[in-house]
Amino acid sequence: MSTVNKRPLLTLVLLLCLAVVSGLSFLYLGMDFGALFSGDAGSQMAAYAGNFLRPDVSPIHLGAIGRGVLETLAMSLIGTLLAALAGLLLALPAAGRNGAALRLAARFLLNALRSIPELVWAALMVLAAGLGPNAGTLALALHTAGVLGRLFAEALENTPSAPAEALRLAGSGRFAAFSYATLPLVWPQLVAYTLYRWENNIRMAAVLGFVGAGGLGQMLYIHLSLFQEAQAATVIAAMLVLVLGVDSLSGWGRQRWVRA
Amino acid sequence: MKPPLRDNPPRDPASRTRLSLAIVALVLLWPALQVSEFNLAALLDPANIHTMGSFLSGFWPPTGDPVFVALLARATVETLAMATAGMTLALALALPCSLVATRALSRARLLPNAEPGSLGLVLRWPTRSLLIVLRSVPEIVWALLFVRAVGLGPTAGVLAIAITYAGMLGKVYAEIYESVDLRPAQALVQAGSSRPLAFCYGLLPNALGEMLSYTIYRWECAIRASLIMGFVGAGGLGQQLDLSLRMFAGGEVAAILLVFLALVMLSDQLSAGLRRLLV
Amino acid sequence: MTIRLAGAGFRHGGIPALGALAMTVARGEQVAVIGPSGAGKTTLLRLLATALRPDSGSVEVLGCDPWRLSPRARQQLRARIGLIQQAPPLPPRQRVVTAVGGGRLGQWSLARSLVNLVYPLDLQGVRQSLERLDMGDRLFDRCDQLSGGQLQRVAIARTLYQHPDLLLADEPVSAMDPVLAGHTLSVLIAQGRAKGATLVASLHAVDLALEYFPRIVGLRDGAMMFDCPAHQVTSDNLDALYANDQLYPAVPHPPHQSPTVDATYGCR
Repeated sequence: MSTVNKRPLLTLVLLLCLAVVSGLSFLYLGMDFGALFSGDAGSQMAAYAGNFLRPDVSPIHLGAIGRGVLETLAMSLIGTLLAALAGLLLALPAAGRNGAALRLAARFLLNALRSIPELVWAALMVLAAGLGPNAGTLALALHTAGVLGRLFAEALENTPSAPAEALRLAGSGRFAAFSYATLPLVWPQLVAYTLYRWENNIRMAAVLGFVGAGGLGQMLYIHLSLFQEAQAATVIAAMLVLVLGVDSLSGWGRQRWVRA
Repeated sequence: MKPPLRDNPPRDPASRTRLSLAIVALVLLWPALQVSEFNLAALLDPANIHTMGSFLSGFWPPTGDPVFVALLARATVETLAMATAGMTLALALALPCSLVATRALSRARLLPNAEPGSLGLVLRWPTRSLLIVLRSVPEIVWALLFVRAVGLGPTAGVLAIAITYAGMLGKVYAEIYESVDLRPAQALVQAGSSRPLAFCYGLLPNALGEMLSYTIYRWECAIRASLIMGFVGAGGLGQQLDLSLRMFAGGEVAAILLVFLALVMLSDQLSAGLRRLLV
Repeated sequence: MTIRLAGAGFRHGGIPALGALAMTVARGEQVAVIGPSGAGKTTLLRLLATALRPDSGSVEVLGCDPWRLSPRARQQLRARIGLIQQAPPLPPRQRVVTAVGGGRLGQWSLARSLVNLVYPLDLQGVRQSLERLDMGDRLFDRCDQLSGGQLQRVAIARTLYQHPDLLLADEPVSAMDPVLAGHTLSVLIAQGRAKGATLVASLHAVDLALEYFPRIVGLRDGAMMFDCPAHQVTSDNLDALYANDQLYPAVPHPPHQSPTVDATYGCR
């Protein structure tokens, strides 16, 4: 693929603006890099980092981590599935199939759902449903429903409605016509988007525990708060392995199954 | 002659596959539901409803208290500054790393019939791995660690974004270099120019538009990440949201959420607009 | 009367596609609608299928005015009307068995419809419909594996599977060769007769219409030119129907300007 920069002047102007904005940001924050990396603070940081270099790999701890990984995966799976269902239900009015007023309302709801970050939803769900992975699952479901709903709605809007209309002319109800004529057309995209978000949600599920929503995140937060860096190091390593594993699995899956 | 109508009922060849898929799905779903402790009914638990109800009742109207609004304004600017400063540091780290990690500047690509340089081989793979590791640990984990190391406040957030986004930017820049037309750079190298100069004059001008477009997209993500990192103590709007939630101040939370929404929408529009202009 | 049109007209965004038409069709009749392109044949059929609402006059189908009914009653009326479209809008990756099964969605409950989507319930019935059109062995093929003519036959099979009281066919054999077209039309007519269903079909091929249908309606520019039994249609009727002043007469090729033929592909 060969790309030619179509607007060199605009690019330069943008670069300059970005440079100026960056400079202002550093000034505003008043970050003192000197104090950060030198002398006392520097050696403290080094010592803190050093604590992580002797991870705890005892069987008990590894067992707990294993349970944490399973909890994280389960949260992401259920949350994403719920989100796909809810997203599809909301995408129907959002694609304009039930009138203009419902379209606006559905789009507004979807935007609200996806604009609130998963972590904030998790904090809210901990309030609403208590501590533990249940809150994390609900939080993922809510946020991802907004994301998937919007993607689904766009896919639906680009789908021809003639097949469904033909079925309705033969006396079919709306939902049956949708399932037989529109859903098959849009199904591959739905699956692709859902899988992509599931991959992302595994990463998110790992950190939602910071606010008490279960999974590896909750373990990490507790260990760090109790200054148990050795145990925390193992949890971070597990997160890393999880993310890398999911990345390579999905890369392999995409190569094998996605038709160009 | 048409064959007579068959009497035996036809069998659907897909039914066996579908049945097995259904069984696999159930086998996966049941334990997943147990392990994730999924329970919609928890939302209807009376104690939870009471908590949530009193919290939500404070939502309307969102606080209009001028002191608080001023606080919000400062927090918003802090969030934006955090995202921008973090991105700048990330760039500073990503640019050199991407140059080392990319295959576009290897001897083998730029010179015909050349062997890959030994330095390139030794450095390229570790750099690529470093970039992958940096971006695979979720940025909020870095934020949590930095808060413990350097204390509460935006500095932790800036460092966390710098590290994670260096990984993302570095990898994508390396891929952009590889996808751009290499012929100008090849011509320069064959005419005797050094590889860095060939990059600046032959490759960079073509790649710049796409690099900028991706960087703007990541900047938008960085703003959202900054919001979240505040939750673990890294300053900005996120930290204020955490405080207001702990104090059960529904009106304040509502106000902050509205600012969240507005910020996300605005940055979304801005980044989409800028990228449309560039591509 | 199965169909009664009184002064029914339809405008496509201001341009009249059908003028004030009057037509009655009795139960069990077979009517062919012929006319040049753009005459309004498709509009007429869609009007009868209750897909379009007339801008003027009234339409009465199967004893009801569809536009005075509640939406639910109109849906039930539509289950008794089967429209075969010229370019059947079938989802490409859908299997023929599911596509044909869609014909009875108006008669099945929602639960049964959804089960049928993943596990076809009436394989025998669907196959019978397809076998009448010589497509019985394509039961489990995907629609994108079929040719244009085969897709049209699947669409016809779907409508036959629906068992409607009123069969409306919009150019149902346009993508088929003449022999297959004739055969398919005879199947369609036989099915209609067997159930006492009324059949109204629009056709491009005048000879097919005259051969298979007892009653012919000629449409031109949205107006009815004639409506009479097939044996009473004269060549003057047809000339007047298809006269086209706007086409330039065909220019004959001067002999010395015929294109050179590549020796490899020339006829020997």
